[in-house]
Amino acid sequence: MNQKLKSYNSQTYMAYALIAPAAIYIILIVAWPLLETIRLSFTNSSLAGEDYVGLENYQKMFSSKKFNGIVTRTFVWMFFSVSLKLIIGLIGAVLLNANLKGRSIFRVLVMPPWVVPIAIGMLGWLWLYNGYFGIIAGVGMRTGILDGPFGFLAYKQSAFISTIIADVWVGTPMVTVFFLAAMQGVPRDLYEAAYCDGASKWDRFFKITLPQITPVIITMSLLSAIWTFNSFEIIWILTEGGPRGSTTTLIIDTYKQALGNYKFGRGAARAVVVMILLMLFAGFYLALLARINKKISHE
Amino acid sequence: MNKYNHFEKILIYSGIFVFMTFILLPFVEMFYASLRPLDHLFRSPYQFYSDDLSFWAYREMWNTVPMLGRYIFNSFFLASCVAILTLIFVIPAAYSYARFKFPGKNTSLYLLLAINMFSGAVILIPLYKLLRTLGLLNSYQSMIIPGVAFLIPTSIWLLKSYFEKIPIDLEEAAFVDGASRIQILRHIIAPLSTPGLVVVGIYAFIGSYAQQFLFAITFNQKKEYMPIPTGLYEFIGYQSVKWNEMMAAALVGILPVLLLFIFLQKYIVEGLTAGAVKN
Repeated sequence: MNQKLKSYNSQTYMAYALIAPAAIYIILIVAWPLLETIRLSFTNSSLAGEDYVGLENYQKMFSSKKFNGIVTRTFVWMFFSVSLKLIIGLIGAVLLNANLKGRSIFRVLVMPPWVVPIAIGMLGWLWLYNGYFGIIAGVGMRTGILDGPFGFLAYKQSAFISTIIADVWVGTPMVTVFFLAAMQGVPRDLYEAAYCDGASKWDRFFKITLPQITPVIITMSLLSAIWTFNSFEIIWILTEGGPRGSTTTLIIDTYKQALGNYKFGRGAARAVVVMILLMLFAGFYLALLARINKKISHE
Repeated sequence: MNKYNHFEKILIYSGIFVFMTFILLPFVEMFYASLRPLDHLFRSPYQFYSDDLSFWAYREMWNTVPMLGRYIFNSFFLASCVAILTLIFVIPAAYSYARFKFPGKNTSLYLLLAINMFSGAVILIPLYKLLRTLGLLNSYQSMIIPGVAFLIPTSIWLLKSYFEKIPIDLEEAAFVDGASRIQILRHIIAPLSTPGLVVVGIYAFIGSYAQQFLFAITFNQKKEYMPIPTGLYEFIGYQSVKWNEMMAAALVGILPVLLLFIFLQKYIVEGLTAGAVKN
């Protein structure tokens, strides 16, 4: 009987056969295109055809001032967006973790920006940011902060900030929900012991909650960095990378080169840069995950 | 120990109020705009008060956006196809990850997570060429095929954790009694994992509803296949946008997903956060 059971649980060929359909699908639709992108980056591929051009795309790209500006801008944009998501998300989680009436309703109400298609949410933001008729400009004009209509998406700096705010809006709910889940996973007896020792709420937060949820905070920082780096729809809908390139991040630039101008080769070279940066992030993330898992299994 | 005095209560509630205002303002403002007549919306500076609110825009939008019904149908159809296909690929794979030990298991699981980190934007060029070669540009398939690929990884992780909760003893007992693997799948695994399958299916449905933009603007130019987001943006570029009707159409378009999510949010959030928080 043991022999039979062993055969039930160790049929390797069966394991592979069950995974095969999903694996093949992902190889065809994700893995192969990734490799093909690398190959295309060494060609001048367009709708007309393609020739091998060696490193030309890369040389042109790295020697262009514009491209270097785009890389810097991407990281500045990302830095502000991710920091704000984490800070607001943490504050939100603390507030919604308070044992008060209505908190279960608020926990549901926090999620719509995450669930609703980004494109639909951005329709709302387009209206909010409207320089003549939007509520933000309206409040500004009525309080005298603005002395007339102000198109938030029409000027370089304000467009940069406005796209960040919209991105924070989309990303914060998920961060909040994960932080909340982590806070609820903190063992209750830790708090009870601290309470008996006379620790204040403030102490309990900084000495118990915060250290306990640090792994989740680090994980979420990396994950939101990756997602923010990938953020496409928000900028595309609000500004298409404008005005005058002031919100063009790497992803937007890649898309414009590849599918705006149908210069596949140049677009592919940019996509490869994106890929390499993403792989660095992913490497960090997976190494971290493996370390956290090890810690948990040791405990 | 969790008692708050009045001062603390006021502080927390006002904090929540500010936080919620940020999160909900776009939706509240979208809904409010959908109820107001167009000439009230087009007043500068912004008017806070309208006295003739009505659902007029919700009737008129069907004329302004003649294919709105079709867009809503498309969004549903695309999301359903993606969800069903995702389940077909994910069920056997997740079962395998939950039950078997095999070389390369952990590595491939982490590779799946890594795929989640790639934006579709990175692989658009080869996909565009591939779909063009296959003659699939401007079709439902051009949005379904890449959509499924990006939902498979998370869905495998989610469903794997549901399968792991089914005690293996049940299966082993049936196997020892002479049941075949197919019988075990049908009579033991399938009924016990139905809740998990529903959650993962709905996760894929909502996920695919949410991702209907990048692939849709890139691979499809035909109006009759457009999902709601791209369909509506056809009307945004013009000088005089009928904002009240656009907002009404957008809200009607997302209402089903929102309701679905609200009813099932507990299970979806539990599943997703369990993966990241405990792993």
